[in-house]
Amino acid sequence: MFPASFGYVAARSVDEALELMSKHGEEAKLLAGGHSLIPAMKLRLTSPRTLIDLGTIPGLRDIRTDGGNLIIGALNVHADVASSDLVRKHLAGLADAASMIGDVQVRNRGTIGGSVAHADPAADLPVILTALNASFVVKSMQGSRVVAVDDFFTDFFTTAMNANEILTEIRVPLPPAGCGTAYAKLPHPASGYVVVSAGALIMRQASGTCVSARVAIGGLGSGPIRAIPTEMELQGKPLTSQVIAAAATKAAEETDPDGDPYASADYKRHMATVYARKAIEAAVERAAR
Amino acid sequence: MTAEAEYAAVPISVTVNGVKHDAMVEPRMLLVYFLREQLALTGTHVGCDTSQCGACTVHMNGRAVKSCTILAVQANGAEVKTIEGLANGDNFHPVQEGFREKHGLQCGYCTPGMIMTAVHLLETNPNPTDDEIKHALEGNLCRCTGYINIVESIKWAADKMRKG
Repeated sequence: MFPASFGYVAARSVDEALELMSKHGEEAKLLAGGHSLIPAMKLRLTSPRTLIDLGTIPGLRDIRTDGGNLIIGALNVHADVASSDLVRKHLAGLADAASMIGDVQVRNRGTIGGSVAHADPAADLPVILTALNASFVVKSMQGSRVVAVDDFFTDFFTTAMNANEILTEIRVPLPPAGCGTAYAKLPHPASGYVVVSAGALIMRQASGTCVSARVAIGGLGSGPIRAIPTEMELQGKPLTSQVIAAAATKAAEETDPDGDPYASADYKRHMATVYARKAIEAAVERAAR
Repeated sequence: MTAEAEYAAVPISVTVNGVKHDAMVEPRMLLVYFLREQLALTGTHVGCDTSQCGACTVHMNGRAVKSCTILAVQANGAEVKTIEGLANGDNFHPVQEGFREKHGLQCGYCTPGMIMTAVHLLETNPNPTDDEIKHALEGNLCRCTGYINIVESIKWAADKMRKG
């Protein structure tokens, strides 16, 4: 299988890419790693008239700290996010998630920017980035704006980005001392995509009490879902395994996922509580180090 | 603009197994077909429609990648290594030897992809555990062997490469 014919243009800068988008209009799509787009094009699920290659832009591949944030360029491949010393040190949960995407070959090409902009409900990064309270820098010909993760993933394969915008940077607040982050995933055994998954950011006092928690669940909706009832059950409580288990039982509250041939809705909701517990326990263990 | 002009062929320059090739390609040409059909390097295989099986695995700029999910135009300026580029004259790469010594193949269809992924693994992790080998091969599917001898072949090769 191969795609329908299309035209190809290589951008050498974000500004040039924005101009090309304006010139080619709605029938053009952006190409980064291509590991969601090209499979879709090979199956003729999408047949854009023009591909604008972002991969030919030098740059957008930094991983650096800046003030209180870790800044990740949108064109970083998952393998580099997973192996980055900065990511592993400060945001272990993000390294976890990036290392669980697809397989080795996919991680050598797929990009964090592409994954975020594509907003696949079965993807890993939107879930962990929700737990980590990330924000996204998107650029248009009118300038840049920053969108918080809680406002970003609006529906299946849909984000708050406009059609004339390019995602350039992912910003993740550097967790202060006493924080732990983790990601746990139940993968579909054939495709490797998320059946359910959980990302957790836990801030813990030295006494073992939870100061704050952000827990995000994947696989139960059109995008990542904050497990607010779970977060509220943890806040202010001692982070014992009993407290964590009780909080995790609420992780699927008020969710209404679809069942599918692999996993019924009840199974997904139950496994969400199991994986929420795993992610919270791992985050707490890291916070306690 | 006419349709033909819009979908015009694009010039690319790709170094494959150390040899530079200048070519004109349709934008939609996948790297795997460029290698197989334009360069006659048929050791890289097309196994599935869904980017899952890894029979198409090659190295691009030093990393194992699925050439069925990369456009030839994306390889412009890149260094690509295929299974044909592993042997040194008559001398097999240790991973190729391992697949012979430990019977790591039956039909052989997945084998070039398995070998290319294994070579990349051993370049970054010269002494992998069985689990690490299995995880590294998550993107390579085999319908014949049940994988056991593939893991043994790679372990054999790792031993040989460590001993020098």
